[in-house]
Amino acid sequence: MASAALKDTAAAFDVARIRGDFPILAREVHGKPLVFLDSAASAQKPRAVIDAVRHCYEAEYANIHRGVYELSETATRRYEETREKVRAFINARDTREIVFVRGATEAINLVAQSWGGANLTTGDEILITALEHHSNIVPWQMIAKATGAVVRAVPTDETGAFLFDAFEQALTDKTRIAAVTHASNAVGTVVPVKDVVAAAHAKGVPVLIDGCQGIVHRGVDVQDVDCDFYVFSGHKLYGPTGIGVLYGKRALLEAMPPYQGGGDMIETVTLEKTTFAQLPHKFEAGTPNIAGTVGLGAAIDYVAGIGHDAIVAHEEDILGYALERLRGLNDIRLVGTAKDRASIVSFLIDGVHPHDVGTILDQEGIAVRVGHHCAQPLMDHFDIAGTVRASFGIYNTREDVDTLVDGLDAVRRLFA
Amino acid sequence: MNDLRELYQEIILDHGRNPRNFGKPESFTGEADGYNPLCGDKVHVYVTLEDGIVKDVHFEGRGCAISMASASLMTEVLTGKTEAEAKALFDKFHELVTTESDFEGDDDIDRLVVLSGVRQYPSRVKCATLAWHTLNNAMDGEATTAKTE
Repeated sequence: MASAALKDTAAAFDVARIRGDFPILAREVHGKPLVFLDSAASAQKPRAVIDAVRHCYEAEYANIHRGVYELSETATRRYEETREKVRAFINARDTREIVFVRGATEAINLVAQSWGGANLTTGDEILITALEHHSNIVPWQMIAKATGAVVRAVPTDETGAFLFDAFEQALTDKTRIAAVTHASNAVGTVVPVKDVVAAAHAKGVPVLIDGCQGIVHRGVDVQDVDCDFYVFSGHKLYGPTGIGVLYGKRALLEAMPPYQGGGDMIETVTLEKTTFAQLPHKFEAGTPNIAGTVGLGAAIDYVAGIGHDAIVAHEEDILGYALERLRGLNDIRLVGTAKDRASIVSFLIDGVHPHDVGTILDQEGIAVRVGHHCAQPLMDHFDIAGTVRASFGIYNTREDVDTLVDGLDAVRRLFA
Repeated sequence: MNDLRELYQEIILDHGRNPRNFGKPESFTGEADGYNPLCGDKVHVYVTLEDGIVKDVHFEGRGCAISMASASLMTEVLTGKTEAEAKALFDKFHELVTTESDFEGDDDIDRLVVLSGVRQYPSRVKCATLAWHTLNNAMDGEATTAKTE
């Protein structure tokens, strides 16, 4: 099974070699080889990322943008080199449009508080969708409460699809910003973000795209999509935790007030008054996650080295195989069956709660996510408390899918 | 698989599938909602206290086998206890599922020992204790509704 599975995608993509790049995949869990199917929550790290972080601390670490000495100069260079890598990776015009943050959550909070605080007022509408992760809901609810704006959500259907017509209809004269996911973390639905942005722009509405899954499973060209903000976390892109990216169009970022005050984001400070640094430093208060940033640079090099064409082809193969196997089981109900989707499968098994499924699969060495996936409104839409979610990354194989399906037998045996 | 059999003993699977005292009773003196934000599980507990005695416990909700079985067993073991005994049993139960304490020979908790398997699964302890926390609120609320939201 394994060799046949590996051969299928070998032409474009050497999954065995890629698996060899991820040290953790060699370990066992409960005496079974690890089958990691939770990359949508946080992906594992290739050796290149681990080594880059280690090298930063072992050989090139000092605070950045401060020292006149060699180490600080080197650390600053590595940090700023990563900004250029991010720029190239998402094809932004200018490195000044790339702001380093802790993760997508912080990026959305930054935009909601800074842009929203300056631009929203009573009665204004913030448009989101029913597919969003809590991190693209709650920050908007918070700024709505503070400004008197309201959050409206575009509904979805029984397949978990993005409803383009409903989105267009929901854009009103009062809509001030739209915040839409690139791909649902809970059910995998991929949103046609370029069309979304065009529709919103036609009404003069700027768009923030939550790219946490999209950057991993599809990639993005922010100039082509023409989104106003694009946010993602490093740790889902095979990079370290605690580092993420806010892309924003320069004119928008220039006009926004700082989000946090502190060191490194200032030009001059007196006890009475401060003038702020230029972009992107205006939004990077305090000592940042230097080693994490360097690690993100290594992750981007790694992913870009494989290329999204090859990644999409591989993941589509695994996803297609998983759907085929799961559809063949009559006690499995797939949750979310939209046509265009990232390699994320949410499902339920008759008569067994997702939490029990997760515990039993864990004993088989299989790591899946169970629960609401930080998307409770979407779970409410499906009238369920949660699902079992298997998400596939670049290192997963058809054999992993087979192990999962065998694991479901173990669930049945116990609960039969 | 043996570890799992310890967690999912037959009695747990049975109570999980066919929870006892499930549903809203005609009358009760206290009620409360319980919610586990980790998994989205919800439970609603109804308690009837009379002269300091737990006369009846019922519950509604949805959840995993562990949480449903724990709620179901709870309704059975607490009925007939004094309020003070019920509270003491709540503390003992918490100890049972979070520590290695040995309760052998303790009749009150004997029927609950089947749930001690969750000790090995820290992420599942909340499943086992959700209904108990909710009952605690329901008893404290007595005639008024104890709200946890």
